[in-house]
Amino acid sequence: MLKLEARPQPSKAMSFASPLLALAITVVIGIVLFMLLGKDPLKGLYVFFIEPIKSGYALSELSIKATPLVLIALGLAVCFRSNIWNIGAEGQFIVGALCAGWMAMQAGPDTSRFIVVLVLLAGVLGGMLWAGIVALLRDRFNANEILVSLMLVYVADMVLSYLVYGPWKDPQGYNFPQTITFAAATKIPRLIDGWRMNIGVLIALAAVAGFWVFLFRTYRGYQLQVGGLAPLASRYAGFSSRSALWTGLLLSGGMAGLAGGLEAAGPLGQLTPHVPAGYGFAAIIVAFVGRLHPVGSIFSAVLMSMFYIGGELAQSRLGLPKSLTGVFQGLLLFTLLACDTLIHYRVRWQSVPAAPSVKPVAAPTQKIREA
Amino acid sequence: MESFALLIAATLNAGTVLAIAGLGLLINERAGIVNLGAEGMMLVAAIAGFATAVHTGNDWLAFGAGAAAGALMAAAFGGLVIWLNTNQYATGLALSLFGAGFSAFAGIQYTQQKLGERPHFEIAGLTDIPFIGPALFRQHPMVYLTIALTVGLAWFLYRSRAGLVLRAVGESPESAHALGYPVRRIRLAAVMTGGALCGVAGAYVSVIYTPLWVEGMIAGKGWIALALTTFATWRPARVLLGAYLFGGVTMLQFHLQGEGVQIPSQFLTMLPYLATIVVLVLISRNATWIRVNMPASLGKPFFPGS
Amino acid sequence: MTPRLELLGISKQYPAVKANDAVSLRVMPGQIHAVLGENGAGKSTLMKIIYGAVRPDEGEIRWNGQPVLVRNPHEARGLGISMVFQHFSLFDTLSAAENVWLGLDKTMPLADVIERIRKVSHEYGLDVDPLRPVHTLSVGERQRVEIVRALLTKPQLLILDEPTSVLTPQAVEKLFVTLRQLAREGCSILYISHKLDEIRSLCHHCTVLRGGKVTGEVDPTKESNASLSRLMIGAEPPQLQHREAKLGDVALEVKGLSLAKQSPFGTTLAEIALQVRAGEIVGVAGVSGNGQQEFMAALSGEDPRAPRGSIRLFGTDIAHMSPRHRRRLGLHFVPEERLGRGAVPTLSLAQNTLLTRTECVGRQSGWIDVAGVARQAEELIRRFNVKAGGPDAAAKSLSGGNLQKFIVGREIDARPKLLIVSQPTWGVDVGAAAQIRAELLKLRDAGCALLIVSEELDELFEISDRLVVIAQGRVSPSVPVREATVEMIGEWMSGLWAKETAHA
Repeated sequence: MLKLEARPQPSKAMSFASPLLALAITVVIGIVLFMLLGKDPLKGLYVFFIEPIKSGYALSELSIKATPLVLIALGLAVCFRSNIWNIGAEGQFIVGALCAGWMAMQAGPDTSRFIVVLVLLAGVLGGMLWAGIVALLRDRFNANEILVSLMLVYVADMVLSYLVYGPWKDPQGYNFPQTITFAAATKIPRLIDGWRMNIGVLIALAAVAGFWVFLFRTYRGYQLQVGGLAPLASRYAGFSSRSALWTGLLLSGGMAGLAGGLEAAGPLGQLTPHVPAGYGFAAIIVAFVGRLHPVGSIFSAVLMSMFYIGGELAQSRLGLPKSLTGVFQGLLLFTLLACDTLIHYRVRWQSVPAAPSVKPVAAPTQKIREA
Repeated sequence: MESFALLIAATLNAGTVLAIAGLGLLINERAGIVNLGAEGMMLVAAIAGFATAVHTGNDWLAFGAGAAAGALMAAAFGGLVIWLNTNQYATGLALSLFGAGFSAFAGIQYTQQKLGERPHFEIAGLTDIPFIGPALFRQHPMVYLTIALTVGLAWFLYRSRAGLVLRAVGESPESAHALGYPVRRIRLAAVMTGGALCGVAGAYVSVIYTPLWVEGMIAGKGWIALALTTFATWRPARVLLGAYLFGGVTMLQFHLQGEGVQIPSQFLTMLPYLATIVVLVLISRNATWIRVNMPASLGKPFFPGS
Repeated sequence: MTPRLELLGISKQYPAVKANDAVSLRVMPGQIHAVLGENGAGKSTLMKIIYGAVRPDEGEIRWNGQPVLVRNPHEARGLGISMVFQHFSLFDTLSAAENVWLGLDKTMPLADVIERIRKVSHEYGLDVDPLRPVHTLSVGERQRVEIVRALLTKPQLLILDEPTSVLTPQAVEKLFVTLRQLAREGCSILYISHKLDEIRSLCHHCTVLRGGKVTGEVDPTKESNASLSRLMIGAEPPQLQHREAKLGDVALEVKGLSLAKQSPFGTTLAEIALQVRAGEIVGVAGVSGNGQQEFMAALSGEDPRAPRGSIRLFGTDIAHMSPRHRRRLGLHFVPEERLGRGAVPTLSLAQNTLLTRTECVGRQSGWIDVAGVARQAEELIRRFNVKAGGPDAAAKSLSGGNLQKFIVGREIDARPKLLIVSQPTWGVDVGAAAQIRAELLKLRDAGCALLIVSEELDELFEISDRLVVIAQGRVSPSVPVREATVEMIGEWMSGLWAKETAHA
């Protein structure tokens, strides 16, 4: 039977191989699923893995989805490494979008382009505020951050709904629940004419570099990681778990808010009840599949975006429900966690021990002093 | 008066969902395992139960299907967390995310379908008692079963040897292992039982509570049930009480809307979630009290052979 | 007479080490049989095999002459083998009776168990209140619960794993009385220990293990500590150079340190007063569970709640300072837990250096000089003879002794003015233990002040200049080591010191 044996040293090789292995397993399950649904598995694979990257335009579309995922995942990676479980990034995203949207709605036809900076800043602050509530309740009252941040997602969603159905509804909007379309000045600058890719991509790449430096080259980042790995050691070293809590939550809240702002002032151009696209939750998967590593999150974000776009294409081309995306994403995280065991453990084949063999017993050759 | 009696009746109904799920999670956590996949399990169980009800017309089979779905998902979770020692929080989250996606996927063909006329239940004679009758005795049998479950679980935990063993495993799996108890198998049993109960709760939502299927219809009840176990300091009777409390808060929003109170509906919908936060804050303030009552090994990995 | 238990050629291989190598052992009925060996010699593995928790790769076990296969602790108990663990297998929130009940296989009602506990504890002088929750019991009382639990199964063989590490010398005597009574009644006893004096006073027979092999079988009453030591480690215990102390300023002044316990399972500290001067070693003796952990946490800064002015470092009040600030002032600390507190298991040795050493971290920027840190770790590895795969080796890949050398070395290398060490050689092999003690003495000779907490009285007598005892959250006056005796310290461990003695 198979036995798990602890490795003396975590395996670096498996650290890289595990996500790939998990992806392979997910793909295999996907193929089986396609066949069960009566669709051509090869077409399915094509739609999910080839089409989303086969042209410049396709890549630009990919970046629209990957950017918010990377941004949020960067913040979550810091949180999870510190053992702070911020599950409510979706809520922080929504509030970020709300604040950014509010700022955008202050703009008129004559506002300077500088407003874009203010819009994004508002998004960051909104996300930080929402995450700050979680930090405060955990800091002062020891309330579990998983449940509080999650409850706040539902609350944020309701606040958004209230605003777009009520006070912020566009009077010229034919009674649809949506705000006014934001002024042209607030639009996030695009990179290439004709494509929707915007400077969010550049911001994300800069953030990746910044977070890498923070996590692996600053003492602050080191402290956060020790806090997550061994809380007693962190206390022994004198690292403040309180400061880690606030840093982690404000950072991840800010990043989620930034992503929300980019989304609202970018591809959306207005606020609607459809602002929450599940990025906050998908980013959790992105963070894990990316090994909680800033550079890794780029690859996993691209992968997850391929799942998103593939899902949409599968719907239009193959008549498969879009929710397939959710299935694959969840499956990927599940298999990843299973494969991650191989980083710390080796698999050994051990035959079930039979009755221990009776060896002819040699007289003990050691010195035996007679009593 | 009449409407207040109906409010109580509705509260019991709503609270039952949370109670069943909460009791299931309590069994989990008493063994030392946190299962954040409650929401996902309930969603999958909801669609499984709904589909079964649609195709067989039998509510009890639907509950069974829900229980099976929950137990199956819990088994996968348990395999990872107990034998491969994956991080309990991350794995539970993965289960919830997967459950959300899978239930949406599987439920496509059932969207907006309605089940037939739901049967009315009442206990003959008792329902004629003024006020108490309509308030307490026009419930689905599951409501009464839940109360019985609470009593049974309390007896199991505190009066039976098996319950003592479960509590011991949650307190110190290493010591239980040294004494020769099959800790991992006990934990798996606890996880699967908890999953089955969450499954029953999920099926109850889609078959009895709001008999239709809509993507995401559990709307956070799984998470609230998790908060419940902490709020109840892991005691069955308190889980039931807390569940009814939350059920009451949920029903309050409909009641207020019905009374024509001028609050935007979204704020009323927020009530249960805000209530959860408030309750968490109140209960967590005394960290020492929590530590004394909490199963000591909750959330921590167990390595036999160390 | 047929032996009660016979082990023939037992071997067990683990990935990194052969824990037992063709071990043979014979225990007669009514015999108190010691298994002597240093840490890492293979004693625990052997006991786990006898008790059924681990399967041997080779060899045979015979019980009362019959070959048997012990597949799990349940079967072991069925045969009549009972074990009292070194680290108690007790459940804190349950009562003593419930704990015992869980250790029994026959399902008898709880009320009967309570009755039988009362009977057995009376019979053997093991005072235990069955209804109290275990977390309210002292360490000695908890051990009694473990022993009563073992006795209720009417064992023919009782295995005790390092039972006296948590007892005062007086309590050890009481335990020995109980054990001798059991042996007279025909129960065999396997006594695992590395304490030579106890084995010589209690046991009829002794098997010595070294590196997984049996190196000798002797009658301990006829052996000397030196000869036993030679069998155990292959040489005489290394002699330490103990020079006369050259005292300097008062480095650490503790006065009126009272601290309420933080958890219901802790110990409250009461009016602790203590002084350590530069150039001397003050040893703190005491049985575990008497407030050492709380005292250490207050001194190291992990618990910042001490009353103002109660802890002074060279005159500066540090009672509320963080550990980092204390380190900057020259106070360094080695905790008793290595993995998880003194070092992060999955991080490399280089990364673990950063826990307490920030020379390679930019003052203002917080920038980590990664190459510098690696060099620092390499230097520590070299200077303190740490056997490791280099600065990138994960902390958990090191043996206990080597990791301890690294951690102690890391703090010594910081050139502290005051070094506090908790259990310096716990779980460490004799060779590494000697190296560590030598380094501590070297540090003291160089003018550092040292405060050492240890449960090993012999160690404290060996390296301290003065001794104090901590008992029930209070600290005794100090006594120069020359004037202290084991009996006196033993009494003090029960809290019985004269209060009027002014401390040096």
